[in-house]
Parts: sequence; structure tokens; C-alpha cells
Amino acid sequence: MSFYKEYKQVKDIDFNSFFDQVTKYDVEKVLAKDRLKREDFLVLLSPLANHYLEEMAQKAHQLTVQNFGKVICLYAPLYLANYCVNQCAYCGFNVKNGFKRDKLTLNQVAQEAKAIVNKGIKDLVVLTGESRKHSPVSYIKDSIKILTEYFSSIAIEVYPMETEEYRELVEAGVDGLTIYQETYDEAIYDQVHITGPKKNYRFRLDAPERGCQAGMRRVNIGPLLGLDDWRKEAFFAGLHADYLQNKYLDTEVSLSLPRLRPHIGSFQPNSIVDDPALVQIILAYRLFLPRLGISLSTRESDQLRDNLLPLGITKMSAESSTFVGGYAENRGVNQFDISDDRTVAEVKELLLARGYQPVFKDWQQI
Amino acid sequence: MIEEKLVIGGVKLESRLFTGTGKFPSKEVIRETLEASNSQVVTMALRRVDFDNPEENVINYIPDNFTLLPNTSGARTAEEVVRIARIAKAAGCGNWIKIEAISDNKYLMPDNQETIKATEILAKEGFVVLPYISPDLMVAKRLEEVGAAAVMPLGAPIGSNRGLKTKELIKILIDEIELPIIVDAGIGKPSHAAEAMEMGADAVLVNTAIATANDPVKMAQAFDYAVQAGRIAYLAGPGAVKDYASASSPLTGFLKGE
Amino acid sequence: MRIKVNGQEESLEQEIKLIEFLESKGLELDRLVIEYNKRVVSGEEWDDIILKDQDSLEVLRFVGGG
Repeated sequence: MSFYKEYKQVKDIDFNSFFDQVTKYDVEKVLAKDRLKREDFLVLLSPLANHYLEEMAQKAHQLTVQNFGKVICLYAPLYLANYCVNQCAYCGFNVKNGFKRDKLTLNQVAQEAKAIVNKGIKDLVVLTGESRKHSPVSYIKDSIKILTEYFSSIAIEVYPMETEEYRELVEAGVDGLTIYQETYDEAIYDQVHITGPKKNYRFRLDAPERGCQAGMRRVNIGPLLGLDDWRKEAFFAGLHADYLQNKYLDTEVSLSLPRLRPHIGSFQPNSIVDDPALVQIILAYRLFLPRLGISLSTRESDQLRDNLLPLGITKMSAESSTFVGGYAENRGVNQFDISDDRTVAEVKELLLARGYQPVFKDWQQI
Repeated sequence: MIEEKLVIGGVKLESRLFTGTGKFPSKEVIRETLEASNSQVVTMALRRVDFDNPEENVINYIPDNFTLLPNTSGARTAEEVVRIARIAKAAGCGNWIKIEAISDNKYLMPDNQETIKATEILAKEGFVVLPYISPDLMVAKRLEEVGAAAVMPLGAPIGSNRGLKTKELIKILIDEIELPIIVDAGIGKPSHAAEAMEMGADAVLVNTAIATANDPVKMAQAFDYAVQAGRIAYLAGPGAVKDYASASSPLTGFLKGE
Repeated sequence: MRIKVNGQEESLEQEIKLIEFLESKGLELDRLVIEYNKRVVSGEEWDDIILKDQDSLEVLRFVGGG
């Protein structure tokens, strides 16, 4: 059983026709409900619902506070290596982009860890490009073994792995898996993943589930907004999260909202995801899945992130570097430009000023 | 699944009111009442015959068109449940069984764990199992897995007539469980039954409220109408009822550049 | 000889057919449920079963219940 089975049932929905038939009455009915069905979720993603953002926001805020309190978890990303064999049209690390590739030695991993921990961060996500040669599972595992001495929570955002490999990393101390589908549309997926193992759509689609089976306590997914019509992508992503949550009741599922950002190379997004669109997606996610984690990275500007805070966000990164390492020392080329370059201390102050408690450590694995 | 007929164990039911036979003032009243209720499923208990006071078989008073749903009241453990179920089946009353595993004499709360165990055994033996439980999502999921034909969550303790005290929990079951949800116990008034049906329950089982009414026949009629009304209302789809407060300070003003 | 009926001990003078025992109690046999030595026995068998010493019998009936 795979999410693909459910995806097949919805992928050919005539979205335009559905949206055309949505009435004000439908949106209001959905807003009055406690538990939304998938049709309701789609109504909230319709063009018409764009006129109801304020009502959606009020309810989403209420639900978020009820389920999560006024708390935001802070984390930072650490890129271990940017060797990558994939040629993905939208990514700064793609194999065709000529730049000197980089990889942290285990010593450097420890240095970076110290630098990050010094800022107060205790929750880390570890990233690599896809290269089983340069960043094999063993390298990641060795890095994790060092990092568990510094961080209380570690997630991986790397190439899709087999269940056994995830299990190995879980045993080494990883408690979270982040993997973005990029796009749920198979044709577009094939188009933007020009060469490389990432071309395997099904293997990637089923990776979050393998993570759940391997014992990951948290699984974070999402589309790369802009590759396809955002209303469809958000819909499929919501269903994917719902599927995982229903099947793996003990895993914390969350969604992220990466929007295409400028990078070296020149890929134009298929779908413009402006700020109102991003807001609508966040609100629709929250109303459809009240217990879903929603994560926002420093891809987005400080101003926008601050405004998005009360709408359903539960987790934010701070003072991020998308360079390999980049905390202890600056190096090389980054995956994408960040837009919010405030320090952890500044973000912490901002949160407190807004009445939110910044949480650096959520739990301790024993 | 919104369908007009409720199908359980292969039997198509038009009435979503299940009835019981306990606490009636007399057996004759049972027959009249059951007829007035338009119900099609009725439950009864199995007891030792008292040789000094042998009662007549209650089944003699049940109209022919009813599906019999013997219950295992008296059983405290899965073993006892299974034993009673087999006896009921062997008595020629069909293969439907309502599992009641109750070792609490104060409130008559069911033992969900023993119920799961018994369901698994009896489902394998080909029974159409309707387990009576305290509403618990994980228990209901387990029951689905082991082959129950429906789930019967209590609305309030047996005989209390207090209505849907467990409403929130029942709602969760209705939303998350594929099997028919039949609210049993605690329904004291026709309005409670209507409420359960409006919420999306598939059926309700009513015993005490009908049997102990001043006029059980009339009360049975009232319940028949209430169950129908609730069901039709559910299918009609209630209009928007705002239950959230209106704006305090605006949260999306920033999008307009405010 | 002693047998157990519905949890109570009873003495019988001699072995007797189950069906005769039930009739002797003045019971209506219709939809009566008999568990003989922990085994449910259908009506057809009542004529064949002979009650012996130490046998245990549960004689059950459907009654009103919720």
C-alpha cells in the first residue's frame, strides 16, 4: 500500500471545473465545520476562498494556539556536503552547475556543531546532495554520531533511502526525516529532474512512508511551490500528510512550504506563488489538519515570516546557512539565497515580543 | 458513505432504530411496541431458566420480520462472551451477536479489552459481531481490524437516559471508522436519537427509554420518527452555523500592505 | 446419582433421557437452549442423551434484555 494508490484517485480531478462550481455558501459551510473532508480542503484552496483569508486566518490562529500553544520551535540546517549526481532544473547544487563541491570532514562537522550550538540551537536538520559516493549512508551516520553529542533533536534531509538505511540512522540518533516531493505531477517531475537517480518518482514518493516504518518520530514533507499549479500541489501534499498521519498514528507529520527562490542557473517557476497564495496554503493546511506541524525556513523574508507567525506556523529556522557548513567558517556556493538573515538572538527577541515562546529543545532521546 | 439503506452482515435494513426487550412491564407490550417502532433489529439476553418460575421465551413475542440480535449480557470476560455467543447461535437465533462484556456492576461500563478479544474469536467463527464499547478510537480501530461488523459506542451509561454525554468521542468514531456506528445506551429521549443521527451515526439502539415510558407503544413511534428525522437532516446537510468569534485584530491585513 | 443443573446440585433416582428430564420440569421446549457438559446440544440430540452421574447441565432461555 502506498500513497500513490490514493494519489491516483485524485490526480485527474478536473480542478478548474471544481473551482468554478465553488460558491460563497460552500466556503462558509467549510469554515463552520470542525472536521474537514478532502473536498472541504480543496474548497479552501479555491480562488473564491482567497476572499475569505481573514476568516480562515482567525480560525487557523485559534486552532494553532489550541493545539500548539503560543510556541515556535527553532532549528537550523547544516549542509554536510553538496556533491550531487542529479541534474534538477531548479536547484543550485545540480550536477551541471560547475562549482567546486565541498564536504565536511568529521572534524569540521564538530566545529560547525559547536558554532551552531553556541547560538542556542538544539534542533538540527542535516542535509546532503545525492551522492552515494561522497555522502554515503556511512558518512551521514558517522556525522550523526558526532552531532548527537551536541543536539537533542536531529532530522535528515538527504536523498531517499531504503527502510533499512533509515532504520540504521534512527538507531544512530536521527529522529526526523525531511523529504520534499518537489512536485506530485509525474510529467513535470520527469521534466525537471533531467538526469540522475532522483528521476525515480515512486521511490521518492514512498520515502516518507519508509521513514515512518523505520521509526522516525517526525516526518516532514512538502512540494516545492512553483513547479506546478500551487492549488493542486498543496492539495496533494495535504492528502499525503493526511495519509501518513492516519496510517502512522505515532509519527508527527509536518508540512513545509519551500517556494522557488533565486539561485545560480535560471529556472523559471511554472506557477507564481505570491504572498496571498502562500498564506492561503498555510491556512488551508491548518484547517484541514489541525495537528499538523507547519515549518517555515529562511527562504522567506523576515517581514513575511513575522506576519505568517500567527497563521499556523509551528517551526522556524533561524540564522541559517545553506552553504556547506557556513557557521564556523564561510565557504563556497549556497543552495539558495536566504532572505531572513537575522541572528538567532534577534529571532528569539522577535518571538518574545510577539507573545510567542521560542523553544529550542522539544525532547531528549534517552 | 452516505447510503439510504444500512447493510450489516449482508442484511439490508431500512430502519435505523434498533430496539431492546428488557424492562418492559409485560411481554405482550413487547410485541405491540416492536411493531409500532418499525424497527427491524431487536436484542435479547440469554438467562438460566428458573425452574420455579419458568418464564416464557421472549422470542415468542418478537414479530417475524425482525433480525435477532442476542446479546451476551452477564458475560464478564471474553471467554464468557464467546460461550454465550456460541450457545445463542446453537439455539437457532442466527449468527448475529451483540457483545457485552461488563464486570462493572456500579455503572455497567463495558470492558473494551475483553470485547476486542471476544470479537476476534467470534468474527473468525463467522458471527456477525456488534461489539458494545466505551467510545475509544484505538479500540474501534482494533475492532475493525479483527472483523467486527459494526461498532456500538455508548452515549451514556446503560439505563441512565442521559443522552449523548460522549458526543465528542462518538463524532471521532463517525469520522474515522469505516464500519457502521450504532449509538447504544444512554439514549433517553427521541431528541437524543435525532441528535445522534444528525451527527452521522448509522443507527441507534434504544431500550430503557421505550420500555419504561408511560406509553411504550407511543414512545416507540416517537423514536421511529426521531431516527428518521435525524437521518434525513444529516443527508440534507445542515447550513453554516458560525461557532467561531469574529475578528479581533486582523491577521491578513499585511497582504494588502496595511 | 447427582447432577448439576444451572449451578445447583440435584439428585436423580436413575439415569433418564435429557428430554424426559426437561419435560419433567414442566418446561416449554421451544427455543430452549441446553448446554450439556459444556457443549451446546441441539433439540435433535435431547432424545439420545442419557443423563449420568456428575453430568452438568445449563438450561437457558432468551429473555428480555437491552
